[in-house]
Amino acid sequence: MTDTAAAPRVHPQRKLDHLVYVLRANPVTLLAFVMFALIVLSAIFGPALIPYDPLATNAARALQPPSWDHWFGTDNVGRDVFSRVIVATRLDLSISVAAVALSFVVGSILGSAAGYWGGWIDNILNRILDTIMAFPLFVLAMGIVAALGNTIENIIYATAIINVPFYARLVRAEVNIRRDAGFVRAAKLAGNSDARVLAMHIFPNALPPMMVQVSLNLGWAILNAAGLSFIGLGVRPPTPEWGIMVAEGANFIVSGEWWMALFPGLWLMMAVFTFNLLGDGLRDLVDPRKRT
Amino acid sequence: MQTHTYPRLRAVLLRVAQAIPVVIGVVIISFLLTRALPGDPAVFFAGAAADEASIAEIRVALGLDKPLIQQFFIYVGDLLQGDLGQSISSGQPVASDLANRLPASLELTLTALVLSCGIAIPLGILAATRPGSWVDHLCRVLVTAGVSLPTFFTGIVLIYVFYYLLGIAPSPIGRLDFIYLDPDRVTGFYLIDAALMGDWETWIGAAKQLVLPAITLALFTLAPIARMTRAAMLTALSSDFIRTARAAGLSNRKILYGYAFRNALLPVITTLGMVFSFALGANVLVEKVFAWPGIGSYAVEALVVSDYAAVQGFVLAMALLFVALNLAIDLLYTVIDPRIGFAAK
Repeated sequence: MTDTAAAPRVHPQRKLDHLVYVLRANPVTLLAFVMFALIVLSAIFGPALIPYDPLATNAARALQPPSWDHWFGTDNVGRDVFSRVIVATRLDLSISVAAVALSFVVGSILGSAAGYWGGWIDNILNRILDTIMAFPLFVLAMGIVAALGNTIENIIYATAIINVPFYARLVRAEVNIRRDAGFVRAAKLAGNSDARVLAMHIFPNALPPMMVQVSLNLGWAILNAAGLSFIGLGVRPPTPEWGIMVAEGANFIVSGEWWMALFPGLWLMMAVFTFNLLGDGLRDLVDPRKRT
Repeated sequence: MQTHTYPRLRAVLLRVAQAIPVVIGVVIISFLLTRALPGDPAVFFAGAAADEASIAEIRVALGLDKPLIQQFFIYVGDLLQGDLGQSISSGQPVASDLANRLPASLELTLTALVLSCGIAIPLGILAATRPGSWVDHLCRVLVTAGVSLPTFFTGIVLIYVFYYLLGIAPSPIGRLDFIYLDPDRVTGFYLIDAALMGDWETWIGAAKQLVLPAITLALFTLAPIARMTRAAMLTALSSDFIRTARAAGLSNRKILYGYAFRNALLPVITTLGMVFSFALGANVLVEKVFAWPGIGSYAVEALVVSDYAAVQGFVLAMALLFVALNLAIDLLYTVIDPRIGFAAK
């Protein structure tokens, strides 16, 4: 029996081997990790490295196609599109990370309480989550931002609210199946309080599937925030942000100035694509059975 | 006889009853959204040009001087009479504005969904029956790329390629070019109305305008449907009853479509509910890109001028539409799967 008790403690070396094995079997996941690193680096160091001031206008060089001086061309008031795209990474990433972190925390607390204690907490939570899910989520986010006021913080709150049901349901299910497990009873008999058992013994079991959800959700949160700013909510010009840059570029696409909308759109797409690939890759790591 | 017809009817009624608390929740949330405005809602509803007296007048007219609970019942009473308030920008009741513009949105969304189901389901089936083939790889690429595509961006790229570069698409300025007259309004769907009038020139004009936005929206909804079809078909094909059917010597065609596909259809239809949610949201963005005069672009215009009654009316209308769609999907279930009626007892 002592052998089986020791078995779950996977040796760090073996974990690393498993990671290397999975990455080797699926080079796409490796690519996703590399792209993720690039995005994070450009969010951190981008503003220090860009060639032009993202807000500096230059009427003499307005609407220039991509060239060696301006890799992604210039927009209608002569700002460098490349600099603006890179600088925008930080804002887009912070909005989605903040929103996902918020929904992760709130969803974990609500879901844990509902899954562990059940009863009326569970009933009320389920009713609220059902009601949120009864809205088309992007439309609900629009309504929330319209009601709370048109600011970046409210974009974050709105994106967090529409994401909470996914986390709360996941945690609730994971906690619920373990509430009477042997290790939970043992922990309680050893004198741990309910809250401590929940936080230290049960909840960590829900973390692996949560991480997959976080990665998939980050991509979706970026899309959502960019969509909101595309229709004129949250971020205001001249702040560089991918959604708003695509919206500004859209006015020039019918006259053939494609670079204003194309590059921010491509960057947005790449970021979302990276998070989706990363999510699929993490799922392979966490749950090999679901590999497609 | 009674035992035969009763359980299914009961299941249908039960499902309809389950929608009631959801509708109540939706109404409560949209009430809270109208009252959650920072500062004084009366100031917002009165508009930018209002003075002290007219703000006070609006406050009394909207019942904002009463306690919150009472306000809620007044709000529900207004809703029951179909009153969503007045739009500041158009000067019309919000409800009639929405009703006027709803057919445009529905025509676009439904065309897109039919298009994407028509492509995604066969693609998913082919990918599941030929694992590792080029169809399977194409399906995988489409599925991962499709969910990463920002709809507004796809729309702009399509406009650039098909309108500016190739010149085969009409300019993205709404449902019909200026050279055509709007067809007489019967259903509000231009394609149906024009066909009813027998005016095929207008029909082609309307269809041309519809193609690009519908493709944009379809590309977005393609991915989840194809992904689910493939997964559901794989599960169905590896199950015991398919092995039995093969052992019994049934034809491949019969096994694939008569047995596997019918069983795979259930999870696919479940996904459709989620797809509707995405499609209704993406609809707003696509309408803005193509200047499509539906309720999505109505809400965007209203947002720009802080026309809150219009925005909240739009949110409520979309939610009710979505609840109705989900209800329809669940009812469709009982038609497709005879087991559901008894299981829900």
